[in-house]
Amino acid sequence: MKTLISKYILAVVTLDPALVGSGGAPVFVARDRAEQDRIATYLARITEGVVHDLENGVYILVKH
Amino acid sequence: MTATLLGIGFGFAARCLMLRSDYRQYPAYPHGYVTHLSLGLIASLLGALAVPALLEREFTAVTFLSLAATQFRDIREIERETLSKLELSKLVARGPDYIEGIARVFEARNYLAMLIALLVSALAYVVNAAAGALLGAFALLAAMHLMRGPVIGQIATVRPARISFKGPNLFVEDIHFMNLAREEVRRTILARGLGVVIEPIDDNAREILANNGQRMAIAHDAATQLGIYRDVDTAEFTPILRRDLDTGRIALLILPLEKDMDCLVQAVKNVPVLESSTSRPLKSRAGRGAAD
Repeated sequence: MKTLISKYILAVVTLDPALVGSGGAPVFVARDRAEQDRIATYLARITEGVVHDLENGVYILVKH
Repeated sequence: MTATLLGIGFGFAARCLMLRSDYRQYPAYPHGYVTHLSLGLIASLLGALAVPALLEREFTAVTFLSLAATQFRDIREIERETLSKLELSKLVARGPDYIEGIARVFEARNYLAMLIALLVSALAYVVNAAAGALLGAFALLAAMHLMRGPVIGQIATVRPARISFKGPNLFVEDIHFMNLAREEVRRTILARGLGVVIEPIDDNAREILANNGQRMAIAHDAATQLGIYRDVDTAEFTPILRRDLDTGRIALLILPLEKDMDCLVQAVKNVPVLESSTSRPLKSRAGRGAAD
């Protein structure tokens, strides 16, 4: 029985702000793919999360 | 007196023989040994005294056995608690099922020491010391060979498998694992990762492998033996096992420090089948009927 929420979105890193609505997680807007990768890497290392690709230019960081 | 001493000797010897320290790392330090050996000694002492006391019409002595049983049940509690707490500092967790299994074994080993002491002292008291010693030697051999559960290699075939990416999605053979965005992570996984597929030989094995605790035990054992290429801040390199829903096959993806496929297959084959994951659907009529 899990009583904790173990998987949740820590942050969103997007190329297009229009694709992400408001929500619980902070949204970081990147200028290009390289910057998106870099921001996602930093955030993943800092938060110990994993970066997933939604394949529409949006990355999400998830705590597993 | 000889009977009691003989009983204690064999009971304690049994506990010593069962105190193996290997890659499971526990117990590994002298303090750990002292704790378990002294409890083993107490167990064999209680066991060895029971029958002579009974024959001398000291019936209260038997109540000590029940006292001992309570005491040893506490051992399971303590082991479980300790190992669960240590779990937080492990890079690859053992999982609750593995911990429960280890805790049960620790408890049972004391009962076994007590039982051997009891049988040996009883026989030595009733027949003679030589008969007791003979039984003791036989019991030690039996304890070493019979107290071993099955391993994954006996319930499943383990073979190497190919790792691939389709876009950001990671697959081992055709089993989907996860979605990974970062190019660097994908390159590392392709370069350093090893995949194996574990195919259950029958429906009983399929249910065992479906158990998440069993899968965690496989990941933990493989990671301890081959080393793990990850740190606390690289969650994406955690070894994972995923199930093929159609066939019940399990695939493991791991990034070992020592990239040696043969050793990995060997390590996976040697993972114990956990008691808590064991189920036998083939023993039921419905399970057998559904199997074909």
